[in-house]
This record gives sequence, C-alpha cells and structure tokens, in this order.
Amino acid sequence: MTGILDAHIPGGPMEKKWDLHKFESKLINPANKRKFEIIIVGSGLAGASAAATLAELGFRVKCFCYQDSPRRAHSIAAQGGINAAKNYQNDGDSVFRLFYDTVKGGDFRSREANVYRLAQVSAAIIDQCVAQGVPFAREYGGLLANRSFGGAQVSRTFYARGQTGQQLLLGAYGALCKQIEARNVQMFPRTEMLDLVVVDGHAKGIVVRDMVSGKISSHAGDTVVLATGGYGNVFYLSTNAKGCNVTATYRAYRKGAFFANPCYTQIHPTCIPVTGEYQSKLTLMSESLRNDGRVWAPKKQHDKRPPGQIPEDERDYYLERKYPSFGNLAPRDISSRAAKQVCDEGRGVGDTGLGVYLDFADAITRLGVETIRERYGNLFDMYEKITNEDAYKLPMRIFPAVHYTMGGLWVDYNLMSNLPGLHVLGEANFSDHGANRLGASALMQGLADGYFVLPATIGNYLATQAGKKVKPDAPEFKQAEEDVHNRTRRLLGIRGKKTVDHFHRELGILMWEKAGMARNETGLREALKRIPQLREEFWENVNVLGENENLNQSLEKAGRVADFLNFAELLCYDALNRRESCGGHFREEFQTPDGEAVRNDEEFANVSAWECVPNGGPPQLHKEPLEFECCHLATRSYK
Amino acid sequence: MSAPGPSKRNYKLRVWRQKDAGATGGFVNYDAPAIPTDASFLEMLDIVNETLIARNEEPIAFDHDCREGICGMCSLVINGTPHGPNRATTTCQLYMRHFPDGQTIVIEPFRARAFPVIRDLIVNRGALDRIQQVGGFVTARTGSAQDANNIPIAKPDADRAMDAAACIQCGACVAACPNASAMLFLAARVSHFALLPQGQPERTQRVLDMLAKHDEEGFGNCRNHYECEAVCPAEISVLFITKLNREYLRAEVKKAVE
Repeated sequence: MTGILDAHIPGGPMEKKWDLHKFESKLINPANKRKFEIIIVGSGLAGASAAATLAELGFRVKCFCYQDSPRRAHSIAAQGGINAAKNYQNDGDSVFRLFYDTVKGGDFRSREANVYRLAQVSAAIIDQCVAQGVPFAREYGGLLANRSFGGAQVSRTFYARGQTGQQLLLGAYGALCKQIEARNVQMFPRTEMLDLVVVDGHAKGIVVRDMVSGKISSHAGDTVVLATGGYGNVFYLSTNAKGCNVTATYRAYRKGAFFANPCYTQIHPTCIPVTGEYQSKLTLMSESLRNDGRVWAPKKQHDKRPPGQIPEDERDYYLERKYPSFGNLAPRDISSRAAKQVCDEGRGVGDTGLGVYLDFADAITRLGVETIRERYGNLFDMYEKITNEDAYKLPMRIFPAVHYTMGGLWVDYNLMSNLPGLHVLGEANFSDHGANRLGASALMQGLADGYFVLPATIGNYLATQAGKKVKPDAPEFKQAEEDVHNRTRRLLGIRGKKTVDHFHRELGILMWEKAGMARNETGLREALKRIPQLREEFWENVNVLGENENLNQSLEKAGRVADFLNFAELLCYDALNRRESCGGHFREEFQTPDGEAVRNDEEFANVSAWECVPNGGPPQLHKEPLEFECCHLATRSYK
Repeated sequence: MSAPGPSKRNYKLRVWRQKDAGATGGFVNYDAPAIPTDASFLEMLDIVNETLIARNEEPIAFDHDCREGICGMCSLVINGTPHGPNRATTTCQLYMRHFPDGQTIVIEPFRARAFPVIRDLIVNRGALDRIQQVGGFVTARTGSAQDANNIPIAKPDADRAMDAAACIQCGACVAACPNASAMLFLAARVSHFALLPQGQPERTQRVLDMLAKHDEEGFGNCRNHYECEAVCPAEISVLFITKLNREYLRAEVKKAVE
C-alpha cells in the first residue's frame, strides 16, 4: 500500500511563501519558552546553530555529540565554501538564480518551496557569520571575495582558505559556547544517542550512552531535533569522519520516522585514489581546485607513461570536450561518472588504473606558482602528505569517492518528520538537494536550517504541547533503555572470530560494487540477498571485547555497523525501486547512448519515503509528489 | 621526505596502556609487522588492533575522527613529540614512510595536569572548551546582523585573523610545553577576535576572563620555550602570544583607568 505524504507547503506565490509562513507560524511567549526543553543531537553546523539560536530565544536546550568537543563535528572538514545569493560580484546572481541552479543541480528531485527558502535566507547566513567574526577571504579593498563552484556560472561562493567549514563551525560553536556558559544549553560531549523514545505517537526523548563511563540513561524533552549528518560510511570508505554513522536516523526510522530517498548518495569527483586494503578513509580535494585545474586522461588505453611524457595531443580533457559550456566545473555527479567511464575504458592512471589527472600546469604558467599556492596551498600540502607527490610539479591523481548523502529522514516544510515532535536538520534530512547536491550548498543548508528555519517553525509544534510533558521514568523510556542494554549485552556476548572492521569493510565493498557510482537491477538484487547473510554472520561471529562500563571503541563501532547492516538494505530497496537515472543515482538500464542519465518524470517526479515495517518485512513506500511551478522540468544539460 | 627502505616495514611499538582514569598505566610492547609505507600512522595502529582482537586482547584506545587533519581529535606523543616527527602535521596525516624499517616507536598520551587520561592514549581536553565558554566568541544575536560588506576589513588584517583562527584545538601545544601551558591556544583565540572590528566590544573582558579560566583549569604559564610552535599542526605562530600579552596589558590598564 502506498500513501501520499503532505509536505504542508504554504500557499501563495513562491517568493512570498516563507514570509507568509513565518507570519502565520505560532509564537511562544517569552515566559513560556523557558518551560520547553529541546533535545538536539549533533553539534555540527545545523545542530550547533540551532542549539545556540534556540537557547538565545529562551528555550532550554540539551545538546549531545559523540566527539570530545562540539567543535569537532564533521562539518569542520568542509573545505571549499558556502553559497549565497549576495550578487556582490555583480555577475547576474539573484535569489531566483541560486534557487534555479540548486533545483536543476538536484536533477529536479527536490522540493521547490524548500529550495527557494534556502536561497532566500542564504544572504542572511553570510551576514550572521561575518558578524560573528568568521574570517572569510577578502579582496584588497576589504570587501568579501568570491569564487565559483560546480554547476554555477556565477561566483557566489564565500570561503575561508580551504577551511570554510572549520571557520563557520567555529562561529556556531562560539555562539553555542556563550549559551553553555549562560546555562541555557547543557552540553553532553562523548555521548551517543542509541534510541529515540516515542510516547503516545510523539518523539519525546532519547536514550544515550556515556561513552566514557558506559552509563545508559534517558533524556526527556518537548521535542527532539536530529542533526546527526549523513550515512556515507555505509560504504566503509568515504570522505566522512570515522565516527559518522546512521544510528540516530536509523533508530528514528525504526520508531516510525520515514526515511526519504536513501539511494541518493553523492560520489565526489576529486578525491585521492585508494592505495590499499588497510585504507581507513578517503580524502577529498576541494572542488574549488577545478576552478584552475584541468581534468584529463590519456587518449590511449593502458598508457603507463608518466604524465609529463604524454604529449598534449594524446591527452583527453574529457570534461572540456563533453561539456564545453561548464567544462571542468560540471556538477559532481556528472564529473564523477565521466571519470568512471574513462577508467572503465582502460584509460585510468596510477597503479590501480582507478584515477584521472587534475593538472595545474596551465594555471601555474598563467598565474604563477605563488597565486596557486595562495589559493590552494593547504590542499597541495595535504595531497603531498598523503601521496608523497608534489602537485606543483606533477598533476594530482584523483578518483571519485563517497562524500555526501542527499537522502535522509523525511521532513515537511517545518522540518518536522511525519513522526510528530521529531525535527531533522542538515544532512540528516532529505529536503533541499534532490538527487545531487551542488558544491558549497551543504554548509548553506546546515546553517539555514539551524539559524533561520527551525527557530521560526518550531513554535508550530511546541504550541500544541503545553502541559504535555513526559518524564524520563515513563515506561516507554524504561523499555527503550532495556532494549539498548540488551543489544549491548548481545554484542559483547558473541565473542566470535571476526572484527567489527572486517564486517564493515565487507559491507563497504559490496555497497560500492552494487550500489555505488552505477547500479543495475541484477546487482541490487544480489546485494539484497547478500546483506542479510552478512548481517547474520555479524551477529554470529563478531568479536567485541571489553565491557560496557568503560570507554570501549569496539563496542561503539559494533553498534554503528549493526545499524549500517540494516540500513544498507533500505538503500538498495530504494535504488531498485527508482527505475530511472537522476543525479547521483545512476541506473545503467536508463541512459542515453553516450552515457547521460535518463530521468522518468512521469513515474518518478516524487520523493520515496520508506516506512519501517515491524518484524522485518520489506519497508513500505510512501510518496510525496514533486510539483514544479517555477522551474520547467527539463533534461539537465551542462553541454 | 621519506625514510628509505622497503615498502612494507616492521616496527616495535611501546604503547601506554591504562584501563581507566583511576588505574595505574604502563608501557606494553607490541610488534607491528609488514606495515605498508603508504599507511597512515593511525592505520598502522588499526592494523595492530586487528591483530590484538584476533588474539582476544583489547585494542589500543586512541582518539581520532576526520583523519584529514582538521577536526583536532587525534593526539598521541610519538617518540617524545606530540603528533610525531613531521612539522605542521597531525598524527592522522603522518605516514609510515617517514619511519625507517625496524624502528622502535614509543606512543604515549598527551600529558598535562589539565588533560587527565581517560583510557590508554585518550585524554580529556574539556578544559579547552571551558576556556572558550567564558569568552571565545563574538556576541551576535541570530538575525540581527548588518550586510556583510558594511564591515570592510583590510586584507592583511583578515589574513592574520585567519592565521590565528586556524587553530584546531588539539592540545599539542599543551603536551609539548614543559609548563603544560595552553597559551598558544589561548593566544590564537584571543588574537583572532582582537584583530577584527567585530571583536572590539568584548575585547577587554574577553582576554581577562579567558586567561583567568586558563589558570583556573591548571594550565601553566608561558616561559618562552617555543615548543608549542614547533609541534603545532596548524602552524600558529608564537607571535600571537606576544599579541596575547599586549592584549592582557591593555585590558589591565583599561580596567585600572576605569
């Protein structure tokens, strides 16, 4: 049975929806705000900005993160920049153009009203961050500098060297620190959420594990906000931090929240290639490098000559050839697939043949090595540390890697899940990037959700909850705690022969091969057969040593991998169900003769939101139809 | 520059093991055979941990997360140096090609009174967060900001503020300092804001509060050893400590005059 989901998109013309909605949203009077307690899980850009802003408004906030400090959340690793429709460069940018680029970049699979709102609040984010002292790059005149990113023909990206995420997170973390000191936020570092608690159909709290003492405890609140990031580590190797996991969102899914578009995963085109099986993570080289670097591969197959010995006319600058108007700045999904095609043809470079060149020789000749060093020095240094090669002299070798996940928990226009009382922000929700995220849009969305959207919409839920407090000794909490205890005991009791990492690596290889850059029905069906077997092996043969009552990193990992082993199946179901190619989801059955994605708007211009069915049946599909009133549904072309 | 030798190397490890905060710790020796030179230092520890688990021994606990040198979670004192032998490099960005075949590698936690050991190589660096909480920010109520380009900032000032803001709060400066001082960290935070127009309204109180908290948390004073700068993965300059001193003096004088 398929249900139709209502996103509660306000009426009125697109450019007025958000203002009208804000006016119509419920306000909570100042004296009542302090009666409401908000639980926020995650302290990245979305979580920290929401925690700080809601506390500043007068709500009582509890914020949880698994890192030892909220400032270490993985937003910190974002390199390139943050988009905003400021039009400071006078190059034709506008709210509408950022909106249109984002909808088109997402291959017409995002919700127009959300994306328009995102573009509208983008300018205020830059103002807010500058006011906090974020040291964005500046021109000699003292004004803010911009650069361009993939999928756009204007320069609207603000940046702080190659450390934009770090600086934006420090801004939000600073605001959070102020509220912690003022006792408006209670901060719980090294604390991991292990279950969501639902009382009378509303999300009312969480069960957490103190990662130092092992103590498992409950926290009750008037609403729960998940800002726990994406699920890229289901592929084991990704550019995510090692701790990034799906547990919070997957546990919420188990408790009734719908998971939307889990098959939309972003494979980033410019990462350092894999070198060996011991490898624990992949490292991104910022997309901003494609402003000056040229991507190429040898024209000949299996050409083992060093790059310097391959003459110009034997090089294929394939992005410039195939997409002349966007060239090296083609969007991520398109650039990644093009790299895969080149390698599939046997023209890949490096020992493994899984790599292409990103070459700065022309840019260095044109601009001088000092300019390149100023723009990208830290990235070149990082590249040298990892590969032992000097990218000022040799072209970088790059290959696509899992980087970001567009899918996430389904939310309505208020950023609330179908499960009342559960709000979801940032990468953890699904709403703004459709099937492919454009560069420099993740930071924009995280901060939009946390600084501006949730603080304006949360009253709509809280206003209905006066006098409906639950206490952490309610039976639902006791039951959830008991479930967590049982699961932990079970993991520690198996004492099998294989490590947690062994299973995670196995799962990753399977997912990369069957549900990675290209997918087809046969492969997905194989994965759906293999994943339950792997899960069974895990629960029979994993070896988790130590005890719960101490810091235990194997136990932490085991819980996360156990959830990935369930979630992987959901991702494959969704990929199998979506019989079209769009954005990061490329089904080999649906492509043009020259390998471009073929969408099926008749059947699939909708969001697939999956409901967990108790007792292990296949998940149930709900659809949210996507209507396009401003953007004309068109085949995406960057040619 | 990498150390010459085969592409798979053998090492002897001496690793600090400590069950929990209350336990007495000590060094334990391990073999780390056939480590690929392209493995990172943490990947070498991953490999060793896999073999420990296979022998039903509990793995070595160490902090890490992004593994790309920016989150500040990784630590370790390697052969006596926080973050190991390479300049401007976090432990997670350190590669085994820099360690010659057959070397003995001693691995300890960051040590300081203000950083109690939690387990093995993991320490509690919460004191650094608590210093930030008393002033490491510019107050800017969400939604109240003026247009960003209404505050022009000369590029050299913005660049210097960014040099200071690059601190990743890893705590290596504390671990390297004979006095376990967090002055380099503190100086970076104070300077970042003091250099920008946005930081001016809270400038005086910020340095006084943060410095007081620094001392209260049990960090020592700066005696100009410069060990902090030598190990800082973000290359924060000790010149920011002179800036901190000036900020402190300025604040004291300003308070006295008032």
